[in-house]
Amino acid sequence: MNAAARSYWLRVGLALLLLAAVALAINAAAHGAFLRPENIVRVLRQITYNCIMGVGETFVIITAGIDLSIGSLISLCGVVMALFANATGLHGLALIVATLLVGLAVGAAAGFINAVPVVKLNLPPFITTLAMMQVALGLSYIASSGRPVALVSNDLQSIGYGSFIHLFGTGIPNPVLWMVAVLAVSSVLLTRTRFGRYVFALGGNEEAARLAGVKVGQVKTLVYVISGMCAAIVGFLYLALFSSGSPQTGTGNEMLNAIAAVVVGGTSLMGGRGSIIGTFFGALLIGLLDNAMNLLGINSYLQWVVLGAVILLAVVGDELRKRYLRRA
Amino acid sequence: MRDIGKSFPGVRALDGVTLDLQAGEVHALVGENGAGKSTLMKILAGAQPADSGEIRIDGSAVTIDSPRKAEALGIGMIYQEFNLVPALTPVQNLVLGSEPMRGPFLDEDAARRRAERTFTELGVTMPLTSEVSRLPVAQQQMIEIAKVLSRSARIIVMDEPTAALTEREIDRLFAAIAALKARGAGIFYISHRMEELPRIADRVTVLRDGRAIETRSVKDFPPDDIVRAMVGRRLDSHFPDLPPVPQDARVMLDVRDLQRPPAVNGVSFSVRAGEIVGLAGLVGAGRTEIVRAIAGADVPNSGEIFIAGERVRERSPSDGIAAGIAFITEDRKGQGLVLGMSVRENVTLAHLAQFQNREMLIDRAREHSATQKYVDELRIRTPGTEQLVRNLSGGNQQKVVLAKWLLGDARVFLFDEPTRGIDVGAKAEIYNLMVRLTENGAAIVMVSSELPEVLGMSHRILVVRGGRIVREFDRAQATPDAVISAAAGAAA
Repeated sequence: MNAAARSYWLRVGLALLLLAAVALAINAAAHGAFLRPENIVRVLRQITYNCIMGVGETFVIITAGIDLSIGSLISLCGVVMALFANATGLHGLALIVATLLVGLAVGAAAGFINAVPVVKLNLPPFITTLAMMQVALGLSYIASSGRPVALVSNDLQSIGYGSFIHLFGTGIPNPVLWMVAVLAVSSVLLTRTRFGRYVFALGGNEEAARLAGVKVGQVKTLVYVISGMCAAIVGFLYLALFSSGSPQTGTGNEMLNAIAAVVVGGTSLMGGRGSIIGTFFGALLIGLLDNAMNLLGINSYLQWVVLGAVILLAVVGDELRKRYLRRA
Repeated sequence: MRDIGKSFPGVRALDGVTLDLQAGEVHALVGENGAGKSTLMKILAGAQPADSGEIRIDGSAVTIDSPRKAEALGIGMIYQEFNLVPALTPVQNLVLGSEPMRGPFLDEDAARRRAERTFTELGVTMPLTSEVSRLPVAQQQMIEIAKVLSRSARIIVMDEPTAALTEREIDRLFAAIAALKARGAGIFYISHRMEELPRIADRVTVLRDGRAIETRSVKDFPPDDIVRAMVGRRLDSHFPDLPPVPQDARVMLDVRDLQRPPAVNGVSFSVRAGEIVGLAGLVGAGRTEIVRAIAGADVPNSGEIFIAGERVRERSPSDGIAAGIAFITEDRKGQGLVLGMSVRENVTLAHLAQFQNREMLIDRAREHSATQKYVDELRIRTPGTEQLVRNLSGGNQQKVVLAKWLLGDARVFLFDEPTRGIDVGAKAEIYNLMVRLTENGAAIVMVSSELPEVLGMSHRILVVRGGRIVREFDRAQATPDAVISAAAGAAA
């Protein structure tokens, strides 16, 4: 095994070990409620949405960009999909597939629009996606007249609820399967394809990548499109869960939490470095913490403070580890 | 400096080096890439900690744990890569970190006065109010030197200060160094250019593999001995023999009336298969801009480019690559490499499509074996193909850039300053590689500021001035004087 892979597995191993130790401690404090299979599954279901958003954001952040619009895009995609589902005469699987495709198209289009000024005019993505955040939110309110759009059909419910697969005496919620699929596909995309390699090259040194023949504009556009599509998937899962598309779905801390998961997962905001598996662990850590604090009955305002501190700690710890490795 | 030791992951960079520096002397450090020169000086400047050893100044031991501490001790460093803030003016850069203040506010007038005084002392004229990023490299370097000078440093380190300079600018630099010596400053002078050592140095120390091999007064240290000490073996003639271009060789690159004002103003020339054409000229003459336009790095306003008789229209570098052009840039860290990626990932970056399997996934095993082949062939000193390029020395980084372009089947190679900042041994390897490329039918355009290199490594020499080709020499006719005067516009 080479040095890079060793350092990678060392990190994963350390993360797991740390998680296990903390989990055991919390479990003891919560009188065994923490490590019950149904609780673990609950955490996985809860982090699904954050994790999928984080995956899209991971691609963007590795190119040294940022996408602030994903929260609003969840709302917009959800509302548009709800309106579409109610207007079309489709049923069953056809309805599910068509609705998802419409959502993905909206998310992809918004991502494309995010990318155009970044690619053509070299504007900072912070600004273009901030503008998109406002525009998408406004559009979702306009399209829904400010109220949640309830689904007429029940056909989407199996997506958001229930479990096809049972393990350890408990059902794996269907949204978790979506998360696993998104993680698997995006991880292969990022680590095993040309596109993925170009994403890293672009984030590491854009000019060197361009001179090596990388079509920088295309790659950049695609990462924002992927981010928009991940937001659309989350919008779709929320739509199925609530049986309605609301303009308020993504207006809370969703976007910031997704960025937190990415950063806690070891992806550098300076670009050029990061991983999908890291983002999963980041989302998992945040989710477990949330859950544990709830179990332990910690005041919810204090929970925010703790969460913020953990994000800072994770980033500081990663930096210290890097410095240690550099000296060794 | 006594017994300085330093290791990096997989590399023992310094192995107990002991050096001394007298007041008013220029002490030259020479050695191959990776010999440890730059690392040693970074330790002196507080940019990197030493693992072992001690440093004494005026007889008393000091700890230098930060660049600020080094500065306080009177140590000034001029790095190979400049440490200027591109968006600030020369004045702002000069006073950065020690701005003159009037109460809580910046004293701009005092800053400007200090800058003017320093630049006058150095004998250079400097546009004080334009952004540093708009200035040519040579002027940026003068700002670096002025910065150190204005902080009254007593120990000054210069890492390859002449690499980016033209002959006339080098004269000015040497005058400035003489002035520093006269003021009692000691100077560590790192250089790859043998010919300048007798002109500037008092003593020479040769480093090899992290050890100080030999220190002698420059008068008793003939260049041949220095080179032998550096490589541990005697080098034959500096430049390889260029095989003649066959009479019937086809035109591989044909450039017609290329325009990209203000730097490129109507350039036409052609290069045949197996031919090396050198572009000579002063800094700012437009040589780099010409090759950038040919490579598609900048889109020309007008003009035509033919590769092997076929017109190519380039909107981006990827079009150039598809047409068979390889462009080895001048600035390897800024434009040639992704430092945070591995050797393997850098070598395959421009030709990743070759390594895709049927499922459109990248075959890492094939990437590895292709990279390993070039690591062996070019003798790239690295612990493995997974080492980050950031951790390699300058010459080895340059070889990684070359490997990247050898991997494809380019027919036209554009070399922009191919040997800048690399040592004698690696230079010879790169020259031999260029000869091999021509033997395989490639056409080469080489931009170089080192006149001996242009004269020694080109079949034909084109002199560029003001974005135009003003003179053409055959190898046989070209003399240093003739080329320089054409470049400077002195004589017809």
